[in-house]
Amino acid sequence: MRELITLRVNGERHEVAVVPHHTLLEVLREDLGLIGTKHGCELGECGACTVLIDGAPVLSCLTLPVEVQECEITTIEGLEHNGKLHPLQETFAELGAAQCGYCTPGMILSGVALLNACPAPTREQMREALAGNLCRCTGYTKIYEAIDAAVQRLATADVSAAHERGKG
Amino acid sequence: MSRPRKNQRAYHVVGTPRPKVDAYGKVTGRALYADDIMLPRMLYARLLRSPHAHARILSIDVRRALELPGVVAILTGEDLPQKFGILPSSQDELALAIDKVRYVGDPVAAVAALDPETLDEAMKLINVQYEELPALMSIDEALSHPEVKINEDARIGNIHKAVSYEFGDVEAGFADADYIREDWFYYEGNTHAPLEAHACVASWEPNPSDPVGGKLTLWSSTQTPHYVHRELSKVLKIPQSHIRVIAPPVGGGFGGKSDPFSHEICACELSRRTGRPVKITCTREEVFLLHRGRHPVKMWIKTGVKRDGTLTAMHFRSFLDGGAYGSYGVATTYYTGVLQTVTYQLPCYKFEGMRLFTNKPPCGPKRGHGTTQPRYAVEAHMDKLAHDLGLDPVAFRRHNLIKPYTRTINGLRVTSCALGECLDQVVAHSNWHEFHAAKAAPSKNGQKHDPIKCGLGIAASSYICGAGKPIYWNDLPHSAVQIKLDRGGGITVYCGATDIGQGSTSILAYVVAEELGVQPEQIHLETADTTLTPVDLGSYSSRVTFMAGNAAIAAARKLRDQIFMVAAEHLQLTAERLTAADGIIYAEDDPGLALPFVKAVQMAEARFGALVSSGSYAPPEGIHGNYKGAGVGPSPAYSYSACAAQVAVDLETGELTVEKLWLAHDVGQSINPLLVAGQVEGGAYMGFGEAVMEQQIFRKGRHKIPSLLDYKLATTLDTPEIETILVEIPDLEGPFGGKEAGQGPLNPVIPAIANAVYNAIGVRIDETPITPDKILRAIRAVTDTRTTQRAQIAPVAAPSPWPTRLITWRPEQDTVQAQPVPAKGGDD
Repeated sequence: MRELITLRVNGERHEVAVVPHHTLLEVLREDLGLIGTKHGCELGECGACTVLIDGAPVLSCLTLPVEVQECEITTIEGLEHNGKLHPLQETFAELGAAQCGYCTPGMILSGVALLNACPAPTREQMREALAGNLCRCTGYTKIYEAIDAAVQRLATADVSAAHERGKG
Repeated sequence: MSRPRKNQRAYHVVGTPRPKVDAYGKVTGRALYADDIMLPRMLYARLLRSPHAHARILSIDVRRALELPGVVAILTGEDLPQKFGILPSSQDELALAIDKVRYVGDPVAAVAALDPETLDEAMKLINVQYEELPALMSIDEALSHPEVKINEDARIGNIHKAVSYEFGDVEAGFADADYIREDWFYYEGNTHAPLEAHACVASWEPNPSDPVGGKLTLWSSTQTPHYVHRELSKVLKIPQSHIRVIAPPVGGGFGGKSDPFSHEICACELSRRTGRPVKITCTREEVFLLHRGRHPVKMWIKTGVKRDGTLTAMHFRSFLDGGAYGSYGVATTYYTGVLQTVTYQLPCYKFEGMRLFTNKPPCGPKRGHGTTQPRYAVEAHMDKLAHDLGLDPVAFRRHNLIKPYTRTINGLRVTSCALGECLDQVVAHSNWHEFHAAKAAPSKNGQKHDPIKCGLGIAASSYICGAGKPIYWNDLPHSAVQIKLDRGGGITVYCGATDIGQGSTSILAYVVAEELGVQPEQIHLETADTTLTPVDLGSYSSRVTFMAGNAAIAAARKLRDQIFMVAAEHLQLTAERLTAADGIIYAEDDPGLALPFVKAVQMAEARFGALVSSGSYAPPEGIHGNYKGAGVGPSPAYSYSACAAQVAVDLETGELTVEKLWLAHDVGQSINPLLVAGQVEGGAYMGFGEAVMEQQIFRKGRHKIPSLLDYKLATTLDTPEIETILVEIPDLEGPFGGKEAGQGPLNPVIPAIANAVYNAIGVRIDETPITPDKILRAIRAVTDTRTTQRAQIAPVAAPSPWPTRLITWRPEQDTVQAQPVPAKGGDD
């Protein structure tokens, strides 16, 4: 039997009738149509289904929706605001960090969580933060380079934002 | 990434790093992969798979499952009795087993239901009675028990295919040698593990007024929609004209999505029977069982060499563990032998290969298809030869390199080759000479008892830029491109090429943009759709950039000629003076004389009518010998790679750390260096995993570790730093001089690591993966005489004589020097 729950996803409130044992991954993809969240194993092994729950990277295939009703859930679709991409999305595209693209949404969300916690991560910190996200295409090199580039871009954006505020 | 050579020609698009044309869809979650497709009234389906490695099917009872509410249709073997297989010579698969199952995972029934939960229940209600048969799980068991016949396609016992060739006079070659060495190697198989599990959606649209009854569309995560199209038609008895196969963005393939699969056929048949769309998404465990991965291979090499290091003869034998069905295995068997001659010059060469059926998931093509295993063996063997002769391993390799624009002893035409440059680059970047000088120097105080030993190893390799022959015999183009221009300046490119992440769609855009003088982002692309797009044989054998790229150039040049003709008339100059870039057509010697691309298109449409063109590509004739079996190995060009690997080995724990990989790749000309570097890095990463951690182990007939947690894949914490060096010496026939990058760079990584381990600890492992337990055992075998020796690699029951007729061949003297042949363009 389905159960009516409320989920806050990407800043939007959704009332969903869910099968209680369905995972957050299934509900996001099949009930809410947010197919940007990918599934590689549904056993918590690959990281492709990573979403942010209150800013922390979580495997949606191991999460039940009823547990996260009070939380803010962010999927890859939620990183884009009014057509403007998150700097990590831009640099992943520009620097070849997405090949087949199947790990990419999860990888980017883990990257966003890393940059929120640590605005200028070292290579070691990147390795630690992304260790749960498998990528079979890139050898991870281009992913690190994309994060480095996004760090630069975010820093520049912060400087110019501060500059703007200073003028006001 | 570094690129020591500059472009020899000025390009506007080619050779510049830029985003892939589909990158933004992938980073925003917009890209629709097969499993993302959800159609109205869609049913879910799943396959019931055999729990036994080898068993006779006594009966299948589906009545209780059919009665379960929510179950809509069930198929069993008799519903789809037509055999199929990717190779015309290996038609040994059934969509669903009829009499016998041959591995754990062999499909026996297919169920369609309203939802996945109902499928869970239905699977339990299908009652299959089996009579278990002895299961043969290794090369040795398959050879030792010919009385247990796994697959009726086996000619003798469980030997699926045996080949035997002698090129030149091998006996004389060995007689010429000052030194002869023999070695055995074992390469354990492994799997592709693409992150996207295989998925498909089939939709049958009935049309009672059509004698066929309707049309079928299949969206599938496949690398080869063209071959899936053909096999669906064969099994379902539906004309090809009524089947449309579309490959949406594919979440990685690496060879694992190159076969026509049972789940694709069953989804189509269930859709036809129910009149509703049907989706099948394989579980991760099923992906391990579908497999078609790297064959485990036992290899024996005997090589003769002069005192100065000149190779005089090579004799190579391979024994392949093929799993339960043919798949690409006949081609794989040839590939273990045929490319040995393309890297080092061999005056004579003997190759004997054999593939065995075993009760395991079928093996097939994985990145480097059949050449990765022998490359590992030959390069480790070369290192041993250099050591025995007291030669520098780099100098020894360099001394024997194949020369550009020559023909090999087995008749393969070699065009451009920059392998020497690749070796020089990795030697320079890895500080090869300094490292070895320091290692040879007497150790300083305190370092003597350090259990961590460092090593630096090297290896060289080559790979095909596309198979020279199609999988089924025909004279048709291997790749074709159509381009349509519209008066608004729109450009649409149609090509069957299938993007599995390697960037083939982007390559089409770059090539056409370069030719027409526009930005790639301006181009609309329709790909991998057997109804909408002209043929491309598929994303296998590293063929797409070379073949679809050349087809795209041919198509674009025809349109450029038409546009330049009207532009030249308008500007009152000769068309030869014109060039185009960034949407402007202008005189190269006087850029002020210019016309916008859009304007020129309108004028050309007014003159010629609707602007469409096509181009196609087929490899040139005469690139191989004229003996039976010469069709595997020829390619319009070969890429070359060299790798240096630096490792640290802990003598006490056996722990192996690969610290850094340097990989130089001869790509001819990179169309987009960012994508080439991405392929090189991805290949190096995958080779690294195969070398040190991936294990394909079976226990009691079952895959022991069919999960991404237990089957070890390299994470960010494991993967070493990879330094890429692109060597760009354009190939005369490649698109803008380009060659492949998708597969070749994987091959030298495994032997470079193996050679580095030897350099570190002075002991050879001679099998993959090189794990700590094997390292410790190998160290103890030399230091402690009480421990047992390593297991013998040579098969216990190798047939003698080799169970097939020997084919002898040698090239005619006048064909040894190959002349460049211009690429064959197609017609409108």
